[in-house]
Amino acid sequence: MELTLTLNGKKITETINPDQTLFDFLREHDCLSVKCGCETSNCGLCTVFFDETPVLSCSMLAARAGGHKITTLEGLQEEAKEFIGFIADQGAEQCGFCNPGFVMNTIALLRENPDPTDDEIRQFLSGNLCRCSGYEGQLRGIRAFLDSRSAK
Amino acid sequence: MEHKDYKAINKSVRKKDSMQLLLGKPVYTADIVPDNTLVVKLLRSPHANAMVESIDTSIAKRVPGVVDIYTWEDVPQERYSNAGQTYPELSPYDRLIIDRHVRCVGDVVAIVAAENEKAALKALKLIKVKYEVLEAVLDFRTAKDNKILVHPEDNWKSLVEVGGDKNRNLIASENSEHGDVDAVMADCEIVLDRTYHTKAFNQAMMETFRTYTDIDRYGRLHVISSTQIVFHVRRILSNALGIPKNMIRVEKPRIGGGFGAKQTSISEVYPAFVTMKTGKPAMITFTREESQIAGSPRHEMQVRVKLGANKDGKIRVLDLYTISNTGAYGEHGPTTVGLSGHKSIPLYTGSLEAHRFNYDVVYTNTMAAGAYRGYGATQGLFAVESAVNELAEMLHMDPTKIREMNMVREGMQMPAYYDETANACALDKCLARCKEIFDWDKRYPVRDMGNGKVRAAGVAMAMQGSSISFVDVGGATVKLNDDGTYTLMIGAADMGTGCDTVLAQIVAECMDCSIEDVTVFGADTDASPYDSGSYASSTTYLTGKAVENACMELKERMTAIAAGIMNCSEEEVVFENGEFKKADSNQIVSIAEVGAKSQIFNAVAPQATAANTSPISPPPFMVGMVEIELDKLTGEVKVIDYMSVVDCGIPINPALARIQAEGGIVQGIGHTLFENVSYDSNNRLIESSFMQYKIPTRLDMGKLRVEFEHSYEPTGPFGAKSIGEIVINTPAPAIAHAIYRATGAWHRELPITPERIVMAQEEL
Repeated sequence: MELTLTLNGKKITETINPDQTLFDFLREHDCLSVKCGCETSNCGLCTVFFDETPVLSCSMLAARAGGHKITTLEGLQEEAKEFIGFIADQGAEQCGFCNPGFVMNTIALLRENPDPTDDEIRQFLSGNLCRCSGYEGQLRGIRAFLDSRSAK
Repeated sequence: MEHKDYKAINKSVRKKDSMQLLLGKPVYTADIVPDNTLVVKLLRSPHANAMVESIDTSIAKRVPGVVDIYTWEDVPQERYSNAGQTYPELSPYDRLIIDRHVRCVGDVVAIVAAENEKAALKALKLIKVKYEVLEAVLDFRTAKDNKILVHPEDNWKSLVEVGGDKNRNLIASENSEHGDVDAVMADCEIVLDRTYHTKAFNQAMMETFRTYTDIDRYGRLHVISSTQIVFHVRRILSNALGIPKNMIRVEKPRIGGGFGAKQTSISEVYPAFVTMKTGKPAMITFTREESQIAGSPRHEMQVRVKLGANKDGKIRVLDLYTISNTGAYGEHGPTTVGLSGHKSIPLYTGSLEAHRFNYDVVYTNTMAAGAYRGYGATQGLFAVESAVNELAEMLHMDPTKIREMNMVREGMQMPAYYDETANACALDKCLARCKEIFDWDKRYPVRDMGNGKVRAAGVAMAMQGSSISFVDVGGATVKLNDDGTYTLMIGAADMGTGCDTVLAQIVAECMDCSIEDVTVFGADTDASPYDSGSYASSTTYLTGKAVENACMELKERMTAIAAGIMNCSEEEVVFENGEFKKADSNQIVSIAEVGAKSQIFNAVAPQATAANTSPISPPPFMVGMVEIELDKLTGEVKVIDYMSVVDCGIPINPALARIQAEGGIVQGIGHTLFENVSYDSNNRLIESSFMQYKIPTRLDMGKLRVEFEHSYEPTGPFGAKSIGEIVINTPAPAIAHAIYRATGAWHRELPITPERIVMAQEEL
């Protein structure tokens, strides 16, 4: 079947198999930031934006993206750069494999709620698993970013 | 204690790869494979013990896109071990790439190579296998001398005598005693006899097992794998495939977590076999289910603790007997078990008059276990620390006081730890500091919150080692470049922990340069100096010291080159503030000038390689304290606060050390409260996905706080010991303690789920 969508700001039309997942489609289109950690919609690693909404690309058919805007971390490098340094200061990126999904969902959080409380951060990101960091450093990093932004 | 102001170490600098990782750049194994790579998939046994009577791949091979399918008839018949361990390998040679006799659910029955995943998956469904299903041995407590033998074959072999007898399902056993245990026990006023049980927890690193292989420009097998052990993988593949080591090159890109899982060669051999057969690039990516059911989890252990004490709380004797379940294959079986005693009993060196430690390691028809952060110490410490808490509660003594009375202290010789002396031990300070920041005296008493919930606290201590004494080798090469920067080449594997950065900090400290001036390369069997690999809490301690030693030698070589430039003797040259000076003159030579000179009419190699090893394994120490809120009605446990103080000598990078501690604590919380490993009536693992295997989310771990107490280990770089493993050891005993405080019931089996908590309360 034919699929037309906007991927990271670029309109593309492709012939795809109807059963192809959005995750596989994105990896095939060089969006290699998108990772798979579980195949059961539990880990959050494959988070991308469907229009403005974060979705799990492993659990969505590529066909559903027809006529929509799909954005991966490849398309949000500048927005990510605003805060990822604060995560790095904590060493909380660790192995990095969960980072793209975590960064994407953090962008979604900050767009929706620019000044979240710690509990709101934990709640919003609770679907993003990380086995290395123990999460506390990621929270410290986001908090440090918010503090530095409000100090400006 | 040596105390200095450091320029580059003991500083929280960013990880060298942090921006690449946080921006999602393609740096992992699956991100860097060419388009024409064959997809490798495995057909796995649905039976725990069976013989493949017949296997028909003819229809499957006709699926368009399928390149070939291999069965037990196609593979070499020499047995080998997948364990990433140094010579002499203690794990038995009990595997074949594909064995006709499958010994656990998930054992490989066929390898499919196809041009795409769809074809490979279709082929899997079309392979027809007829099994002769055999009775299986599943309970590790009945495995020894069971009539069912997991490994009846004749070509099984053990390279080292470790007290095993495969005809008894026994792969290792040992009895050791110090002092007269029975006499001291008989003389004790109190004897506790308790049995604890921990499960085969999965590492659940976010990147599952995966490996890419192709043939390199010299016709050799080239392996890019998500592994902690490039050199061991080379040996394992050489053994498995029957090809010389020098025909294999193994390298690792960035790794998406390991925690010991990738200290066993789980996925490498399958694409390697396909590439050797077809000459084509091949890649295997384990699904999460495969990682869960056919990975290399923690050894399930049952630890019986007999503890003898006086009524005043003096712990006089410990007697441990551990049964360890190695599963269907023996990777790390003979070695993990030792830590259950060797890294728990010594905590009470301060008062112990005698100790005994016996163990048996048995085969069963369950998933083979492997190495997991903590490596046996975690299991033993759950048992010993729980028993000490039980003693304290029985005596109505503050459990921190009982530890103060009995704990190991700096300078003590530890009979239960190979007679090593605790050269660097701030355990007493860790306990004091943890009590203070946790506010132990206020939070230890149980508080009824008035809404059916109670708050209670628990405590535990821990130790680990730093490298494997008399075995591990750390290696480092430091090269000076012509722009005055350095390249550090290592064989240790940064699996996310940040060891590349930690080791670069050591270079920067030694060479008085900025960390940006140090490039890190590794790990690659063709180019890296030999290193055992990143495991056994060895990298900072052992490889770190190798880096320091290589820097010292490089500095001498650079001094010689600088002396040549300044036309003076080497003795007249001093290295100061990152440049060379001729004593008593204004003559200065920059590092870049030395680097440039090294490339013109020069015979002094501007690089140095050092190897390092250690006859001791200095233990880091730690204290953890937890406050929980327990719902008496539902049994739900909420971790409110987890505070810990760690003595890792000196943290080379405090931010990274803190993250290690926090990550380890949360993994420990997961094992204690949520993560289970159990089998259904068909012997299949129930927790085969993240749907059932519940690793903690950020709503499950409460607030964490980690602090450090310094000690100085003279054999480590700048006094450093290890941190990577110890941090997983305190949660289970501390949380079990808090649950007892809240409910009055001791839980001696993990995980402690709400259901168990409610049931135990009803039994009281």
